Amino acid sequence: MDRFVALLMGFLSVVLVNNFVFTKFLGTCPYLGVSGRMDRAFGMGLAVTFVTALSGTLTWMVDAWVLTPLHLEITRYICYIVIIAGAVQLVEMYVRKFFPSLYEAFGIFLPLISTNCVILGICLFLDVWGTNSLLEAVVISTGTGIGFTVAICIMAAIREELALADVPEALQGAPITLITAGLLTLAFMGFAGMIK
Amino acid sequence: MSAPNGSTSGLYSKALFTGLWRENPTFRLMIGMCPPLAVTTAVKPALTMGLSVIFVLVCSNLVVSLMRNLLKPHLRIIMFTVTIATFVTICDLFLKAYQPQMSEILGAYVPLIIVNCIIIFRAEACASKSGPLVSILDGVGMGTGFTLALCALSAVRELLATGHVFDIQVMPKAFVPWLALQMPVGAFVTLGLMLGLINVLTRKREVATEDPEATVAPSAPAAPVPATT
Repeated sequence: MDRFVALLMGFLSVVLVNNFVFTKFLGTCPYLGVSGRMDRAFGMGLAVTFVTALSGTLTWMVDAWVLTPLHLEITRYICYIVIIAGAVQLVEMYVRKFFPSLYEAFGIFLPLISTNCVILGICLFLDVWGTNSLLEAVVISTGTGIGFTVAICIMAAIREELALADVPEALQGAPITLITAGLLTLAFMGFAGMIK
Repeated sequence: MSAPNGSTSGLYSKALFTGLWRENPTFRLMIGMCPPLAVTTAVKPALTMGLSVIFVLVCSNLVVSLMRNLLKPHLRIIMFTVTIATFVTICDLFLKAYQPQMSEILGAYVPLIIVNCIIIFRAEACASKSGPLVSILDGVGMGTGFTLALCALSAVRELLATGHVFDIQVMPKAFVPWLALQMPVGAFVTLGLMLGLINVLTRKREVATEDPEATVAPSAPAAPVPATT
């Protein structure tokens, strides 16, 4: 039971308190680029969630069971990036086969998920945080993806409204999006006291 | 600053200077946005980050340019990323050895240079199509543009959040530090306002010169983020 609570806390912590977009600025590119429309943002979020879960778990396994025992930590970044690129390729093939319309909508953004910082970020932070069981790695990397989805969906919803608002000419487009993101960050800071 | 007196030297100076302002990665193209937001709490880490990016960008541009005839379309991205990852590993180990304190502060953001869109974007848009010299100059120009953007942003944030820049006291003693600028919210809002300011300045200049080229976002096959969507 204690373990379950610890996992749940870890999950909530990466979704709300240590949300990668709001506290670590990872994945800001798609966060600002794809968040124009709700449906695309949600699709992007799901794709990223899937890839983070997959590559977070895989890199943890490779790191713990192959690289560390063989003292090959120096090749860590190269291994991580190859695993991520493979996982993205898998998702790309899957989406193209089963959701052709979504595939069209993503365009160039789908292959570029492999250069999404959230994904390499979670692989690196699993190491920094000292995750020491496979289950924990799975839960935390899935949670990170969900946290990204939450962030990008909130942003997309706000931006759909923002399109109708009267924004000063100089701030239109990217600047107002960044300022909105800043205010959202401020709101999410409220979660900071929730979990130690 | 650059007087093109022949087609080749014009090409070189163009490669060197576009990144500084006209296609500045942070302020104009809006790519590679993680470091500008994450490491700009103070000028020193921002400068370290900028120099690391210049190193990685120049080296990866050179290598990609040398192997541009071997690139296969479907394996392109992975060849780029593995090249970049190699140089980032070198850079990370170098920082750990000679700048341990900076390495501590920058933490996971050094390995995250691998997925910095700027580097892969330049590999795709420039290095895979041009010769080594142009690619190196392009890397230096883009990297310097990025570093300048980081320094500008971090100078504002450090000045207002602590009252000093680069450990030199600038503000009078009575200045009340704006601590909010050191928090994530400060990064987003400062960058947003800076972009707004730049919009105002460039718009004025465009009206004055009627230069249609400046308004067209530079298009590239793999521009990671359309500037404004």
